[in-house]
Amino acid sequence: MDEKELMNQITELRELLRIKEAQLVALRREKQILQDYGLSNGEILRYSRQIFLPEIGIKGQIKLKNSSILIVGAGGLGCPAALYLASAGAGQIGIIDYDDVEINNLHRQLLYAETHIGTPKVNAAAENLNRLNSDVNVIPYKIQLDSSNALNIIKAYDVVIDATDNVATRYLLNDACVLSNKPLVSGSALKFEGHLSVFNYNGPCYRCIFPKPPPPETVTNCGDGGVFGPAVGTIGVLQALEALKIVLDLPHVLSGQLLLFDGLETKFRKINLRGKNRNCAICGEHPTLYKLIDYEQFCGAKANDKEPKLNLLKNEERISVEEYNTTFKLGTKAHLLIDVRSTEEFDICHLKNSINIPLRDINNNEKVTLIRNRIQEIQKQHNDANCMYILLNILIFYVKVVMYVICRRGNDSQKAVKSLQETLKGSNIEIKDVIGGIHAWSKKIDCTFPVY
Amino acid sequence: MSIESNGISVIIELGSNYSVNNFRGGAELLFDKRKKHSVNLPGSDWTIQKLLFWMKDNLLKERPELFMQDDTVRPGILVLINDTDWELLVNHEIIFYYNLNNFSQ
Repeated sequence: MDEKELMNQITELRELLRIKEAQLVALRREKQILQDYGLSNGEILRYSRQIFLPEIGIKGQIKLKNSSILIVGAGGLGCPAALYLASAGAGQIGIIDYDDVEINNLHRQLLYAETHIGTPKVNAAAENLNRLNSDVNVIPYKIQLDSSNALNIIKAYDVVIDATDNVATRYLLNDACVLSNKPLVSGSALKFEGHLSVFNYNGPCYRCIFPKPPPPETVTNCGDGGVFGPAVGTIGVLQALEALKIVLDLPHVLSGQLLLFDGLETKFRKINLRGKNRNCAICGEHPTLYKLIDYEQFCGAKANDKEPKLNLLKNEERISVEEYNTTFKLGTKAHLLIDVRSTEEFDICHLKNSINIPLRDINNNEKVTLIRNRIQEIQKQHNDANCMYILLNILIFYVKVVMYVICRRGNDSQKAVKSLQETLKGSNIEIKDVIGGIHAWSKKIDCTFPVY
Repeated sequence: MSIESNGISVIIELGSNYSVNNFRGGAELLFDKRKKHSVNLPGSDWTIQKLLFWMKDNLLKERPELFMQDDTVRPGILVLINDTDWELLVNHEIIFYYNLNNFSQ
């Protein structure tokens, strides 16, 4: 039996299992004894350990049952938040995400298993949450939230959780929540750090704190900076905590405050933020915004993390992986290969003889000197190899060294070429980028090369 | 912080942007990749704004436009003084004598 056939069989069995499980749930539900205040005996047993808490009690549990919470982004923040909301007995959970599950999500996005790879995140999330708690009504939205659909979706919910990762969606969600009068539980995480705050809940909105979006060049970069599962998970769990506190009408919701979490130092810090801005464009006394706008335009940045393919260079300034491979094998052309990925990525895999200079260090004086020295060495080697010792001093100016720049997918390498052309102006060096980067190399030349 | 005869000692902390996941770090990248800077400011007549310019001239290693625009920090940077948003501290001209030790984004 081959892999594909086996996978198909497993999919069929899983579907059959899902149907049977749903039947069982329905059958059991019929038998449930309902108390007149609206909770079943099964629910009372299930949630007893939180019903014991004076802050929650039967009244609180009923509030939870009647609540509806929207999670925007089913990633490293959204997954743990959803798990805690579902297990606490939130009545309805909406989950918005346009993405499919990828294997590099699994280290932090705990709702997904290996079997979900390639399937829509929201479907996998709904399936998993319902397996955890069949009483929760999970509504999956496989869409990209934008100005045309946001208000319509949000109006059906009591609380919105912002578990996204880009500035444009943050402004969109903020404005949509202000216009619909919904509290927004906002979180973010990067590397070992995270931030948490609640906006538009008896306090400032996101725009009160950040009236203008940051310059696009500070927020766009090829690939992501890496993130540690437990650190982002901590923030996701805290988002669930704040959302549940809002539903339960508990005091001390993190409004007008910002929680900073540093997982490396295991340190929490709470910052007092400015209050509501009277001149805020959306929630101020005389708002200038009455409806949602184009947020990608407003922020000058895309509302998703899918990196567009850049095209900064002319054709003659670029080389395909096939051409590079030929050049490298023949060994005739004097060349230098610079890999502009991070050191960590370089350690994962790199081409022979490549030098690692991360993009952000490319203009560093030390690195430029390193490049110049390497070029001179290569020029010298090539002259030596050609046994033209006598003419060396003259020839050195004539051996044309080609410098190739490579990155993961071929965007950063173009930026690096642009920058190096500027820095090395006047040197007799041709600078080209390797189209498609390491990904293309793996796909077309050497399939043993890891893709990440 | 402490006041010494020859100036004021200040600890400046730099952190990551709020809400942005796809950036390879925070403001520390502009400041020699160091998150914490202990500095001694000469004299005593200091305002936060003067400190920002001082940081720009003395600590900033690259791309000043990503730290300051016009006379203040660029949009997206939050200035915190002793864990409090500087907007809560009346105005940006605030003169600090013994109240400042944290400054972060």
